[in-house]
Amino acid sequence: MLNETYVRVLDVNLSTGRVRALRREDLFAYLGGAGLATALLREYARPDLDALAPEQPIVLAIGPLSTIYPAVTKAVAMFRSPLNGELGESHAGGRLALAMRYAGYDALVIHGRAARPTYLYVDSEQVLLKRADAVWGLDAEEAGRVLRDLEPGRGHRSIMRIGPAGERLVRYALVNCETYRHFGRLGLGAVFGSKLLKGIYISGDCDFRIPDVRGYNRVYTEIYERIVKTDAMQKYHDLGTPSNVMPLHELGALPTRNLQAVRFEGAPEICGEAFAEHDLMRKVACAGCPIGCIHIALLRRQFGTEHEYSWTGISYDHELVYSLGSLLGIASREGILRLIDKVAQKGLDAIATGVTLAWATEAAERGLIDPGEMGVRPAFGDAAGYEAAIEAIVAGQSELAQQLALGATVAAQRYGGEDFALALGGNPVAGYHTGYANVLGQLVGARHSHVDNGGYSLDQKPRELSDEEIVDGLIAEEQERNALNSLAICMFARKVYDRTTVLAALGAIGIHWSEDEWVALGQRIYREKAALKESFGFRYRELTAPARFFEAPTPRGRLDPACLERMLALFNERLDAIKAS
Amino acid sequence: MPKVLTAPAMSRCIGCYACMLACARLNYASFSPRHAALQIRTQGGLQGRLVADICRACREPACAAACPTGALRARQGGGVLLDDKECIGCRACVGACPLQVIYWSEASRTPIVCRHCGLCVRYCPHDCLAMEDVGATVEVADAE
Repeated sequence: MLNETYVRVLDVNLSTGRVRALRREDLFAYLGGAGLATALLREYARPDLDALAPEQPIVLAIGPLSTIYPAVTKAVAMFRSPLNGELGESHAGGRLALAMRYAGYDALVIHGRAARPTYLYVDSEQVLLKRADAVWGLDAEEAGRVLRDLEPGRGHRSIMRIGPAGERLVRYALVNCETYRHFGRLGLGAVFGSKLLKGIYISGDCDFRIPDVRGYNRVYTEIYERIVKTDAMQKYHDLGTPSNVMPLHELGALPTRNLQAVRFEGAPEICGEAFAEHDLMRKVACAGCPIGCIHIALLRRQFGTEHEYSWTGISYDHELVYSLGSLLGIASREGILRLIDKVAQKGLDAIATGVTLAWATEAAERGLIDPGEMGVRPAFGDAAGYEAAIEAIVAGQSELAQQLALGATVAAQRYGGEDFALALGGNPVAGYHTGYANVLGQLVGARHSHVDNGGYSLDQKPRELSDEEIVDGLIAEEQERNALNSLAICMFARKVYDRTTVLAALGAIGIHWSEDEWVALGQRIYREKAALKESFGFRYRELTAPARFFEAPTPRGRLDPACLERMLALFNERLDAIKAS
Repeated sequence: MPKVLTAPAMSRCIGCYACMLACARLNYASFSPRHAALQIRTQGGLQGRLVADICRACREPACAAACPTGALRARQGGGVLLDDKECIGCRACVGACPLQVIYWSEASRTPIVCRHCGLCVRYCPHDCLAMEDVGATVEVADAE
């Protein structure tokens, strides 16, 4: 809580309707964000129960710098993942951080299961459980529109909601935040669905006085000017993350057709430059960020003769262009935009959807499954077929559709084809096949995400790194990011928020930390996340990667399973030492 | 030469709220963007447009006319100036503003009115906002 030495936690029990606002001085040392969420998840989670059990909590957390410094825009969600059964962590931008800040809460913990479809209403004066029967079944966009019309606070509120995928417990369903941002990874949408929680409205008008206007303004303005007036973040504003598509293609690191290839002949058609030239309509930003990295494309669809068109604004990013583009062999921007629209409406994680469809396509080619039972036979490059397949998976009318709703890894356990189910640690992979650090980083990262530790970036260093450099580099980076994520700073701004800047920003609002304390926080969160994962049954020593990651060449040649095993062994030595420290 | 705040290029706005944060921070010592004299909001969610609710610098301000104590006075060039010491917190100005762009500070029990100081403009990364020189137009209008 700004200007205080405690964090304020809203505890909502959906089963009983009981609400508590807690002042937790004991959690202030986590600052907030990922650290605070880790502590709260450990406190509330039930390792003995299934991820979708009513008792399991949803934790949402922001940090002390949220909204009041440029690009500190994320909210962190933690939960037990219904996709891989262990630590679920996902971050979203939009306006949630702003809305929580001014509603007066650093964290929300939501547990229990509502008796009927419900949405949670939170403002700075009240907390209400409202009936959502009438919006249950609506897609994410329409549900958002209805809640926007029903509730007050335009511009300062956050409206989170799930689509039909979350309601139907598709294990990689997401939670939509303000239309264009999402808690995408690891199935938070299914956790909402399991609680009959259609959405959350948050807004507020708490006023926090600035104790030292001059000091705070000086640090704020320094950061603002570095973001706006230097080229530190130019990549994100200009073409956005799809600027990665062509370089990865040229490097031979762009997963294509279920990673059967690493270069995509359609890359020039679907790269950031092509989207910007032909389809880019506008850019928008998360509240409190002057960058504006959210690139919106115009999807124009003809629905009748005589030039009848509908239009939709679709947000696109590298991970979506990869997962619903190159990975599925789709070389048409319109096809990709239509698929992005489809997953957005249904409320599905784009990466997991793409990976699942890519696996299903190859499994069908090999005769392991017969997608005909879903009424559709998608083939690489067939965007319309994939749109129909997404509908079928969410509808869940056949056994195959129900299996695919559990994700590629689980479906492969049932039908075979585990060697080419592109998940690491049970989480479908991001769009970089750069080398050992990428594979190892996603395997050992706390949320099995490329942004845990930036392995893809280590792989692209000018010279090849030793095992020690890779393992130690991944651990150091993840610990630093843990600390940054305790402030819920957007990772795109990580180069602006170096340690000196972070400590100055904290100091200017009265939180005086040393660099040693900062480093210790990152290490502490790292240890506690590892312990939490292990409590959910995760075993670092049993990690393996599917064969496809070794068959597909990287820019430095094919990966050797024995080398990865060696690095994993070294990682486990390091982890043992970290746990003992 | 008097200047007033305008919002001539809101089609460029990305919704970063840096303007509101600047106004709240520098004019009202508040961390809260609601504590700003201009409000950026969406029309129809993020699929819609971003718009700015700003003081349009009336030359015969209804808010000042409604003020029973004279705490709000017409400002040269348009808009008003607030003398906090004279304000009794009656909120008559809030109700009188035809565009409903006078906000209320619970902290100080005074209205939040635009000073046309231009600090928000300085923090706008896309030049959506601007300070417009109104000296000449005011004179012409006055002559009519």
